[in-house]
Amino acid sequence: MRSEQLRRPAWERPSLFTRVMAAAGLVFLHAPVWVITLYAFTTEDRTYQFPPPGLTLHWFEVAFARDDIWQSMRLSLLVASAATLLAIILGTLAAFALARRTFSGKESITLLFVLPIALPGILTGLALLAGMRTIGLEPGFWTIVAGHATFCLVIVYNNVVARLRRVPPSWVEASMDLGARGHQTFRYVLLPQIATALLAGGMLAFALSFDEIIVTLFTAGHQRTLPIWFYSELFRPRERPVTNVVAVVVILVTLVPILLAYYLTRPDERGSE
Amino acid sequence: MTPAIELRATRRAFGSVVALDSVSLTIAPGEFFALLGPSGSGKTTCLRLIAGFDQPDSGAILLDGEDVTNTPPFARNVNTVFQDYALFPHMTVAENVAYGLRVRGIAAPERAQRAAAMLDLVRLGEFGARRPHQLSGGQRQRVALARALINQPKVLLLDEPLGALDLKLREEMQLELKGLQQRLGITFVFVTHDQGEALSMADRVAVFSQGRIEQLDTPRELYNRPQTVFVAGFVGSANVVGREAAQILTGRDRAFAIRPELIDLLAAGEPAADGYVQCAGEVVDVLYHGASSRLRVKVDERTTLAVARSESGDGGDLVVATGARVRLAWRPEHAVPLQD
Repeated sequence: MRSEQLRRPAWERPSLFTRVMAAAGLVFLHAPVWVITLYAFTTEDRTYQFPPPGLTLHWFEVAFARDDIWQSMRLSLLVASAATLLAIILGTLAAFALARRTFSGKESITLLFVLPIALPGILTGLALLAGMRTIGLEPGFWTIVAGHATFCLVIVYNNVVARLRRVPPSWVEASMDLGARGHQTFRYVLLPQIATALLAGGMLAFALSFDEIIVTLFTAGHQRTLPIWFYSELFRPRERPVTNVVAVVVILVTLVPILLAYYLTRPDERGSE
Repeated sequence: MTPAIELRATRRAFGSVVALDSVSLTIAPGEFFALLGPSGSGKTTCLRLIAGFDQPDSGAILLDGEDVTNTPPFARNVNTVFQDYALFPHMTVAENVAYGLRVRGIAAPERAQRAAAMLDLVRLGEFGARRPHQLSGGQRQRVALARALINQPKVLLLDEPLGALDLKLREEMQLELKGLQQRLGITFVFVTHDQGEALSMADRVAVFSQGRIEQLDTPRELYNRPQTVFVAGFVGSANVVGREAAQILTGRDRAFAIRPELIDLLAAGEPAADGYVQCAGEVVDVLYHGASSRLRVKVDERTTLAVARSESGDGGDLVVATGARVRLAWRPEHAVPLQD
């Protein structure tokens, strides 16, 4: 379709000014990422001197040898996985409960589900910390997971609810009519419909959890997730390129699921939606 | 004989709207039964209650003599063809048809074999590997039919089965459905708002209005002997004369229906034969249909009667044009008395 698009008349084409501004906007958004990438290879370890005096892979070697980086990386991946899994289960359950049925209080419950994503992270973090203190819970791995799950859940819920609303009620009825029990209707009819939404929601949730810092600061004990590691590195300007090396790795790790999620939720021409 | 379906004083309300108001209904095994009515008349609610997608507030539903009022749809020996067909887009046509067998735990080879046989029955033998969206509306309809029939239900429910098809296809499917029902010998219950469809396919028709059954009869009786003003107006093309107008025309305080072809058209001064009901009027318009024409004649301020006039032979010298003064006459026994 796109390749057959006809040339648009002159008055519908964007002006030079519009194009320059759009390009400038994109540069503003992306240039810092390229700066970080470039300075992961610099031979200068203190300043952001431009152009870099020389390029080296030395910092990758240094970074890979550091145990604290590996630990933080491992913790972040584990937290993100656990939070995502929790969010997928709870978010899907919530979506099924709220997608179609109407009951009194439904609007308020929906709002309560979606609120954590709109709430400033500092409030979520503070509230969780206060709550944990009240019931005497020791901050640790699972408190970080719980904190992250509050907003990961919203991502999964929103994705699944949007998809479920596009499933005509007659499909569920047809399935029941043909003899399917509830779990069979879920397995054979609904799950295939929401599968890509789950995958996309899960990947976004994973990426969000992976770079979360504010809620983590409040809910973590002595553990350092990767974002916290970055944060503490800022106060130790030695070996600055190491931070850049880790940043490049993080960009790659988060970019892949986000791109996948984007491709999976594109409208499907084959009509299988 | 045990009825295939029985509704006993079934009532269903949605909030303050009474969708079905204490309806009782008995459908015999092997019957082709139509639920006819305008939208909101309760016919679809009735079908959904039989399928089990909804539960009545009071009353009982029996299938084959067994009370199924509280039985979920997956445990009822009834299958449904949905208005939007409700085919599963992520499955092939053959997988759709075999779905009822799959959820019952029947092994894959037998499933494939029976699904293929079902597709042959609806003349879609070669389409098993396609996806629903690759089929035309009529083909999808037949897939939905095959899918609903594969569990060998005792009753097949059809919700506006022909509603989404164009006119030519609709006539074809009417014949096909009728033929299929006769071959399989199972009970068909279908919902329609199209009186022509109900009359041409069904053995018996229940006419719904405002949550009640207005009349339950054979198509012939329904057409010739409507009992109420609503039925006469909804089924067929009869003139329905309300009570006040009837009082003036016949001297009796009772609404009646008279079919256009049973009204004789006379010149203004011409007397009618003895015993005929007669009245004078003015021609409002004339529609020429070839073999006949259809006139509308205004007999008083509020009453206009449709009159069918054969264009071949008799009475041909009477010129009728818009504005012409004419006399109308009919035999009293042709007027069908109606309840309000």
